[in-house]
Amino acid sequence: MKNIIDFFKSFLLLELLKGMSVTGKYFFARHITVEYPEEKTPQSFRFRGLHAQRRYPNGEERCIGCKLCEAVCPALAIKIEVAERADGSRRTTQYDIDLVKCIFCGFCEESCPVDAIVETRVYEYHGENRGDLYYTKAMLLANGDKHEAQIAKDRAADAKYR
Amino acid sequence: MMELLQTLQLAGQDLLGAAWLPVWTAVKIMVIILPIMGGVAYYTLAERKVLGFMQVRPGPNRVGYWGLLQPVADGLKLLCKEVIIPTNSNKFLFLAAPVLALTPALAAWAVIPFDDGMILADVNAGLLYLLAMTSLGVYGIIIAGWASNSKYAFLGALRSAAQIVSYELAMGFALVCVLLAAQSMNMGDIVRGQQSDYGLFGWYWLPLFPMLVVYFIAGVAETNRAPFDLAEGESEIVAGFHVEYSGMGFALFFLAEYANMILIAALSSVMFLGGWLNPFHGWPVIGELTDMVPGLFWMLGKMSIFLFLFLWFRATFPRYRYDQLMRLGWKIFIPLTLVWVVVVAAWMQTPYWLW
Repeated sequence: MKNIIDFFKSFLLLELLKGMSVTGKYFFARHITVEYPEEKTPQSFRFRGLHAQRRYPNGEERCIGCKLCEAVCPALAIKIEVAERADGSRRTTQYDIDLVKCIFCGFCEESCPVDAIVETRVYEYHGENRGDLYYTKAMLLANGDKHEAQIAKDRAADAKYR
Repeated sequence: MMELLQTLQLAGQDLLGAAWLPVWTAVKIMVIILPIMGGVAYYTLAERKVLGFMQVRPGPNRVGYWGLLQPVADGLKLLCKEVIIPTNSNKFLFLAAPVLALTPALAAWAVIPFDDGMILADVNAGLLYLLAMTSLGVYGIIIAGWASNSKYAFLGALRSAAQIVSYELAMGFALVCVLLAAQSMNMGDIVRGQQSDYGLFGWYWLPLFPMLVVYFIAGVAETNRAPFDLAEGESEIVAGFHVEYSGMGFALFFLAEYANMILIAALSSVMFLGGWLNPFHGWPVIGELTDMVPGLFWMLGKMSIFLFLFLWFRATFPRYRYDQLMRLGWKIFIPLTLVWVVVVAAWMQTPYWLW
């Protein structure tokens, strides 16, 4: 008996019609594609994009050259040279991040005792030569100056979880 | 409109004499072929859009508004690509194969009636001509597979040939039912045989419904479309018979495949859905209102139903295994159609045959 029912079920193409009803329903569904240049997905305040170096409100750079980020960096993308400045404080003379090597893990940001090196929400950047993605201290500081408002807001939002 | 055509005819005859007939026929052929080419181009866009919509994504929408220039961009790209001829391939056959695939697909349109009298060649053996032309298309595929000197192309061609031959039988028997019902092989007469005062209930889809299903599924198999696209089988034989083709050679195969699909849709509507007939003819009120709509409109509407079904199938069904494909063709469709031929023949002898 079951065989006969199964025979008629497959003969009348019921399963195929069921499948077609599913795809037919989705034909009228709203598409879920994010059409990138026009639309963007929402970002977390912990987004890990392009790096930046921050300054204190009085304009003094935060970085004290402790080299914790250089030590923790799993991709060995950071290179730091340190010297004593004229006023006797310890400062970096060189702070380079090679974005070609960087894996954007965020360890540098996490290890920093003074919140100097941070990752911003910027992700739409490119380089036309390999050297273009080698960010020097000046470039990082410029990034920080440019995006300071957003950076400070994101750190404040994240503060209670740290 | 008719008068204008007649004046044109007379003027042409005066000007060219006996040479007018071929010229006029060529013009008529262009009037059929060019819209088909345009239809093929935009059918590819429709396919990508429908597949996209069924997969909850928008489909191509970058070239032109709503992606409407996509077929133009695709065509340009294919035109500009190099035609690569593989080493040790049979050069003549390799170049002839795409033409052999496309020609029958376009030649078959000669006997398709788009409206009452709107037909290029009103031959009495139209149905036979169609069966012959749709079967010829397989030569292009076999020759392409053999001339490419590639094992994937060869396997694809073999699969395709076996598949088309198997489904041709079921298709032929389904058409025999139509032939019995219409008692004519003339495509125009087949449509006129479906004319009645009951509108769409007078068409052959009602008494021949199983044949409509068999015919359309066999048509899908015949055109090597999903779920019967084993000849292409991306996952096992890369792209089947046209692996080695690039540029315009590939474009011609593409055109042939889509022209065949549109042809199958046109045939299904002529045989089973009453061609150019108004589905509401003879119905109160709505019948009179819709009777002034030109027949071409109904014909195209019916074709688009089948064309949409092609895409719907592709979006829904996974590919058949080869033995399943053969089982369906030989062990289900052929016995089913054979039985239905007998049923229809017997039915027509009884007073219960209303069509």
